[in-house]
Amino acid sequence: MARVVLNGNLKQFSDGKSEFDIEAKNVRQLFAELGALHPALAPHLEEGIAVAIDGEIFQDAWFAAIGPDSEVHVIPKIAGG
Amino acid sequence: MSKTKSHVATNVNGNAVEFLCEPQQTLLDVLRDELDLTGSKEGCSSGDCGACSVILDGRLVCACLVLAVETNGHRIETIEGMAEGDSLHPLQQKFLEHSALQCGICTPGFLIAAKALLDIDPDPTETQVRYWLAGNLCRCTGYDKIVRAVLDAAAEMRAN
Amino acid sequence: MADNAKSASQSNVHKWVGTRQVRPDGVDKVTGRASFGADLHAPNMLFGKVLRSPHPHARIVFIDTSKAEALEGVKAVVTKDDICDLPSEMVPAGEMMVNYRDITRNVMAREKVLYEGHALAAVAATSESIARKALSLIEVEYELLPHVIDVMDAMKADAPLLHEDMITAGVEPAPEKPSNVAKRVEFSQGDLEAGFAEADVIVEREFYTHPVHQGYIEPHACLANVAKDGKAELWCTTQGHFVVRGHCAKLLGMDISKLRVTASEIGGGFGGKTVVYLEPVALALSRKSGQPVKMVMTREEVFRATGPTSGAHLKIKMGVTKDGRITAADGLFHYQAGAFPGSPVQLGCMCAFAPYDLEHVRTVGYDVVVNRPKVAAYRAPGAPIAEYGAECVVDELAKKIGMDPLDLRLKNAAKEGTQTVYGPKLGPVGLVECLEAAKAHPHYKAPLGENQGRGVASGFWFNIGGESCATLNLSEDGSAHLVIGTPDIGGSRASLCQMAAEELGIHLDQVHPIIGDTASLGYTFLTGGSRATFATGMAVIEAARDVIDKMRERVAKTWDIPVDAVVWEHGYARPASSNAGAFEPLSMAEIAAMANKTGGPLVGHAAINAQGAGPSFGVHIVDVDVDTDTGHVKILRYTAIQDAGKAIHPCFVEGQMQGGAVQGIGWALNEEYIYGNDGRLQNPGFLDYRIPVCSDVPMIDTVIVEVPNPTHRYGVRGVGETPIIPPMAAIANAIEQATGIRFNELPMSPPKVLAAIEASKAPVADAAE
Repeated sequence: MARVVLNGNLKQFSDGKSEFDIEAKNVRQLFAELGALHPALAPHLEEGIAVAIDGEIFQDAWFAAIGPDSEVHVIPKIAGG
Repeated sequence: MSKTKSHVATNVNGNAVEFLCEPQQTLLDVLRDELDLTGSKEGCSSGDCGACSVILDGRLVCACLVLAVETNGHRIETIEGMAEGDSLHPLQQKFLEHSALQCGICTPGFLIAAKALLDIDPDPTETQVRYWLAGNLCRCTGYDKIVRAVLDAAAEMRAN
Repeated sequence: MADNAKSASQSNVHKWVGTRQVRPDGVDKVTGRASFGADLHAPNMLFGKVLRSPHPHARIVFIDTSKAEALEGVKAVVTKDDICDLPSEMVPAGEMMVNYRDITRNVMAREKVLYEGHALAAVAATSESIARKALSLIEVEYELLPHVIDVMDAMKADAPLLHEDMITAGVEPAPEKPSNVAKRVEFSQGDLEAGFAEADVIVEREFYTHPVHQGYIEPHACLANVAKDGKAELWCTTQGHFVVRGHCAKLLGMDISKLRVTASEIGGGFGGKTVVYLEPVALALSRKSGQPVKMVMTREEVFRATGPTSGAHLKIKMGVTKDGRITAADGLFHYQAGAFPGSPVQLGCMCAFAPYDLEHVRTVGYDVVVNRPKVAAYRAPGAPIAEYGAECVVDELAKKIGMDPLDLRLKNAAKEGTQTVYGPKLGPVGLVECLEAAKAHPHYKAPLGENQGRGVASGFWFNIGGESCATLNLSEDGSAHLVIGTPDIGGSRASLCQMAAEELGIHLDQVHPIIGDTASLGYTFLTGGSRATFATGMAVIEAARDVIDKMRERVAKTWDIPVDAVVWEHGYARPASSNAGAFEPLSMAEIAAMANKTGGPLVGHAAINAQGAGPSFGVHIVDVDVDTDTGHVKILRYTAIQDAGKAIHPCFVEGQMQGGAVQGIGWALNEEYIYGNDGRLQNPGFLDYRIPVCSDVPMIDTVIVEVPNPTHRYGVRGVGETPIIPPMAAIANAIEQATGIRFNELPMSPPKVLAAIEASKAPVADAAE
């Protein structure tokens, strides 16, 4: 089970819960699982966020692999100028 | 509506050039829009950025502050005339070697301004270069490599 | 996939990567031949001009364009009716997420004008003077509304409301009444109270910054050409032509692929050209008039109507033990977003304390709208403001416990494994190396005179990857066309060619780059986020490996041996061993010459969404001399140190460091928007919005640290943005050392410095009485 942490404002949409243990092979599955657990969270997982899987940041990467012991942080999307 | 146009005969980069222009058109307008010499750039239209620098009768000016009609009978040098035939001017060459440009929009203005300096003072100090070029704005480079390029070009030109 | 067993850190013998070559577009740029946004003409071209609001806040009662339309020479007039009204939809645009509902209104006002300079109509005419005259014939009735300019004023309960339906997001429970606060964000870890309880010294400070403009020398410019069947071409100066295409197609209600956008050479962007202003308007005018329309902003329009970065109010509180361990950090940030939501406050919250390994941290940010132009990204958006405050407080902590400011930073430095406040742990990073390089640098020990001071500051920026495509087309003579999609702002073309030549093992002169238009290459995200060398670089490497694999296949067939028996070395296909056969190596030129007979043209492709961008840390040292008679602060000496991962072209890495540092110097010492009480901008020009000139700064010395980013073949980290982060605090810290006065407001311009110096001189009379 991957350990998943919601950062920033996201825990507002998960009844204050910010840490989860989720079974997911990749980012898309992870979002589907989280969205199923907390429907209010689902629309916020579509745009504007990135994930860090074991420290490496992925943006717009549905199929980025999540390992069985991965630590995943859901963070705001990073942009630049 | 049409305004009475004036006929202007001038010399641009060694070539006799004639054009018609309206009274309010600046030299920069005419260079870019009538003569297709778009190397001189418009950054501010108020003489603050130097991107339109040209040499008028041997004197460094902002083309946006010169009315086109004023150039009748005078001599203009623009960036397009800086290279000598097949070879780049030493300033142009040094700008490339020193990577003294990033986006390149201010580069023609700086090259013309630097040439105007070296035409009158072939051995300027770093401080003199910096104050002479204070009328040319660059937002990309922080000026470091530009100044190095100008000093290096000056040294090379003195040696030849 | 061609295998490269060596990791980036092991391969340190390169032919092209890491060398200083003349850039391929250099000659065009030094001869005036390169074409920028305003340099193109088209036959039958019209000139477009925009009507802009003279009021900072007003309802538009009506617009009557009939007199303008009737003027001879006017071929089209557009208003909001010619631009699509779009519902709320968030999209990435290089900067913070933007909302289409706001983009369309920023491009052309609909119900209200929300800042002086807000566009509400535009005309296209046969000459610029006719277009200007036509603007004066457009009749607008405004219902003036009270305005608000300052971020803290905009948060007050009685502040004029910009958007009547704005309910603050991120607050539980949601507020009942609308306000000017678009959003609240929070990041935290640990236990702040416990952290501060451990501290021996606590410093709490407020800071104020004003908006500053990116200051690109080239104003926005474009040339739009819409045909009778609706197919459109757009030439524009932009950091991202694919993003422009997407926005314009949406705003004009057309298929994205019906619009072909070509990026001109770009005269500076720094984030400010990641959004659209003139482009959809020019397209609408061209569509309506049936002729090409050229639009160029004046410098005044650039200042009145294009996004600067936010101004902000910050509160920073940090605690430290006597022996220099930072125990807690708390930051509160209020950023102005301009007229529509979307300041980079969230990024600021994420970066503020990122250079420190902290257990107890909290950052809270508010995104606040005010009657000013909508902010746009500016080089590491959000971070320079937040880190300015933090780095000043760190300096104060160091002084209070009598510790060297670099030592304090070293003792608490973020490193690999440090938990960031925004979530993940850091991978390998080079802050410690930068701090040590700063300590060891001769600048740090150089003597200082009276009224002189030295300051240091760190900087952190994440950097991004993103969609990037590259195509390598081999010509019949073996030379290569490299087609890429990220406009070249700072010389990336050179670095990308160097990487391609390195991979292919050929001479750099054989690789010729072009920035492909939107029809000629797959979707490529804009140049920003310090991503071009990193992400397009990854695509270029992949495309090179793709074409190498294809060449190996052709040669294998030609030699009639298995493809695994053919290796690629130094630009030649060779048999892997003598067992494979005694074949003479074949060069790219030879293989390309027979391409048509061996299967067809040889092309390498890559289309990726680059991940794994590595953050870049920097440390700056600055010496200042304060003239106590005038308040003028002179920069005596400046050293910028930064981790580039791997400098593909060291001159361009240095250039980014120097350019960012000087922008930061301007931000620290002089740049600010000056508004009157009437909400109108008083200094919309380079004379009074004074950016640093050549004589304001010394040489900017640089030190490139290389702690490779393991996800990139050559270890590249983005470098473009970090350099603007340290200067403001470094200079404030230097001024404090020189004068004993700690400034908490930017810019530290001569009138302010002088006033503070005079106020600090205790009158002798008081003591006597």
